[in-house]
Amino acid sequence: MDDAKLNVILDRHDRDPSALLAILMDIQKEENYLPREDLGRVSERIGVPMSRIYSLATFFSAFSLKPRGKHICTVCMGTACHVRGAPKLVEQIGRDFDVKAGETTADMKLTLETVNCVGACALGPLVILDGEYHGNITPTKLERVMKNLKKEQG
Amino acid sequence: MAKRLQSTKELLSLQEKIGASRDPEQKVVSVCAGTGCCAYGAKKLAEAFASSIEGHGLEGEVALRLTGCHGFCERGPLVVIHPEGTFYQRVQLDDVDEIIEKSVQAGEVIERLLYADAGGKTYEHEKDVPFYKNQQRILLANNGLIDPTRIEDYLAIGGYRALAKVLDEMEPEEVCAAVKASGLRGRGGGGFPAGVKWESCRAAHSPDGVRYVICNADEGDPGAFMDRSLMEGNPHLVIEGMIIGAYAIGMPGKPKGYVYIRNEYPLAVERLGIALEQAREMGLLGEKILGSELDFDIRINKGGGAFVCGESTALMASIEGEVGEPRAKHIHTVESGLHDLPTNLNNVETWANVPLIIDRGVDWFTSIGTGDVSDNPWGGSKGTKIFALVGKVNNTGLVEVPMGATLRHIIYEIGGGIIGGKKFKAVQTGGPSGGCIPEEKLDLEVDFDRLTEVGSMMGSGGMIVMDESTCMVDIAGYFLHFLADESCGKCVTCREGLKQLCIIIDRIREGKGREGDLTLLQDLGETIAEASLCALGQTAPNPLRSTLKYFREEYEEHIRNKKCRAGVCKALIRYSIDAEKCTGCLICARKCPQECISGEKKKPHVIDQDKCIKCGVCMDVCKYDAVCVE
Ligand SMILES: Cc1cc2nc3c(=O)[nH]c(=O)nc-3n(C[C@H](O)[C@H](O)[C@H](O)COP(=O)(O)O)c2cc1C
Ligand code: SF4
Ligand code: SF4
Ligand code: SF4
Repeated sequence: MDDAKLNVILDRHDRDPSALLAILMDIQKEENYLPREDLGRVSERIGVPMSRIYSLATFFSAFSLKPRGKHICTVCMGTACHVRGAPKLVEQIGRDFDVKAGETTADMKLTLETVNCVGACALGPLVILDGEYHGNITPTKLERVMKNLKKEQG
Repeated sequence: MAKRLQSTKELLSLQEKIGASRDPEQKVVSVCAGTGCCAYGAKKLAEAFASSIEGHGLEGEVALRLTGCHGFCERGPLVVIHPEGTFYQRVQLDDVDEIIEKSVQAGEVIERLLYADAGGKTYEHEKDVPFYKNQQRILLANNGLIDPTRIEDYLAIGGYRALAKVLDEMEPEEVCAAVKASGLRGRGGGGFPAGVKWESCRAAHSPDGVRYVICNADEGDPGAFMDRSLMEGNPHLVIEGMIIGAYAIGMPGKPKGYVYIRNEYPLAVERLGIALEQAREMGLLGEKILGSELDFDIRINKGGGAFVCGESTALMASIEGEVGEPRAKHIHTVESGLHDLPTNLNNVETWANVPLIIDRGVDWFTSIGTGDVSDNPWGGSKGTKIFALVGKVNNTGLVEVPMGATLRHIIYEIGGGIIGGKKFKAVQTGGPSGGCIPEEKLDLEVDFDRLTEVGSMMGSGGMIVMDESTCMVDIAGYFLHFLADESCGKCVTCREGLKQLCIIIDRIREGKGREGDLTLLQDLGETIAEASLCALGQTAPNPLRSTLKYFREEYEEHIRNKKCRAGVCKALIRYSIDAEKCTGCLICARKCPQECISGEKKKPHVIDQDKCIKCGVCMDVCKYDAVCVE
């Protein structure tokens, strides 16, 4: 992230160390992950040791310390989705794209994530691809949802 | 937007003005824009309505309103035509022009879009549909009527009237006393009487008069979404409750407010943000609220996706910018919470009840619910509770019933029974620390104490219905893994103990369970409960306890007979094709990722068990129900 941009984020939160969580969220929103180098500058400028930044960044599941893929596919693993077959969907995507939950494909095209519950249980099982919700997913429907991605990957 | 209101009088006269300017005969197309309906494409639908209204030259005549969640998410997208109140469900883009022409302009009812029950009977009005008819909606009552991004809509239905009443007529102590007398108990899990908490926080010493008033909107229980729906659909109700709380707890003094909200709820964050901004502009937040002595504002704090941050002390640590680890509570947070100052934390739904109690009175509130709270706030459960009815039930959605409604009423009368006519097995309540309740307890009258008696708990109100195809060992394993992942790691028992429980239950799921494993699970579970710091660890063995108590034979079958009767645990099942039913359509063979299904066209197919990875794709694609699992 360029310096000016980072400063805008820091100033938005008055460079307040207790706003660290919000600062990290803003960085991740811009960069899709938390680049190490950016964290170093945050540490210097708001006077918070790296160890604390890392302890926050690893504690909360919303953060990623590794670059994430161009596309992000999130499978809801809430209880309602679980009883309606969500684990099979994670396996299916894993198989089709050769990726594990929480990881990114080698070509950086796709990150597969799981989330505890997005509160749209009526639609379960549910897959969110790049922010768009796809509900009542079956293996066949999932194939359709992921078709374009598959093509892109070649 | 209107200017800052200087007094309660100005507020009340503005309300009157808005009320008088509203034409009850106004034609309104109201589109549900809750998360559920949005996922079904409600936003595009609303755009289509807007352009259709314009296309038909009806701009001045017909209004379009985007509302919060109506609760019947199963049937989304939902559209209601006012003033008739015609209720359309599963509305598609193609239906838009027809609705405008036939329903809005000609006043006809489009039969095809009405809700039809299993017997084919259709219902024209929302209130008559069995899903709604059997509920008592007081908190959710207005979700379908108001546009949550317009404060005028809330004012038009009497919003902020309770705040005016409090500022005009009540001393802070009287407000605390009223909340205590109402018997309102915390909706976030524990069921602690809200009035008692308020009084202790009020009485606690604060060196410079600062007291924090926090709304817990972390809603971490999987399968619960009532808090989200309240914030998305009627954010001012929650805000009004918090302002009243700030007055009751913090005056005279300097109350400060926070809402701690999940990052996974972008729409709720957005709507709440808009509502706060509007309340500020109108002088309902900020300095000298409605001309009174009360200075109070509310900040939004976004959580980072950690379940344990819903716990009170972890939540406060997280607002302070620390890692969300709980601390020992020998000093209560009402005395020393956020920044070591007196802090009152309540759940979203708890706050939402407050304006209603003040507005309609304590007697009205105590007339709903169970028990007697006249001299003991723990004496019963008063008011309503919103449940998220999900899982293998026909009518998924948000259900608000009086405390004391039976499980059977909720699941069968409102929920319409089990999907596909399958057999009910259990209902899970209370989130990861709750329990599974079996069929013989279906007549249980649901309130805080009855649920605890059967080994479950209220939690935040998730109700996950399970049928014969749900494996109880698998479910217990699901919750144990959930909790092991979410343990903050501070206590050894919780961190390591849960890991061990997962290992044991996984081996049972894999058919490698040993005699004695059940005793081991139980003993280890009890140790974790006893030796852990916060409620996450203390209640972690609950899902185990209840499934072992009510469904022990399923565990035993897994261990002794290597059998999973629900057909879930992969290692214990096999897929096969029923030669009688198979038409030889070739589809499964084409779709099988292992290419392990063979057979000729129009002849029964067979699965090569050695190669099959039990992915279930064949079962999903077969149109003839020929693939079975055993
Ligand atoms: C692990 C854990 C998670 C919790 N998550 C939530 C939550 O998501 N929302 C909530 O309102 N309360 C949650 N609670 C309960 C809170 O600690 C607290 O009791 C509650 O917010 C108090 O508000 P109430 O009295 O209005 O219910 C959780 C508790 C624990 C131990
Ligand atoms: S019981 Fe578990 S979650 Fe709670 S403080 Fe201890 S380790 Fe953390
Ligand atoms: S379960 Fe999966 S791998 Fe096994 S036969 Fe069916 S499609 Fe093939
Ligand atoms: S899809 Fe069903 S009917 Fe078709 S070949 Fe496979 S098992 Fe037979």
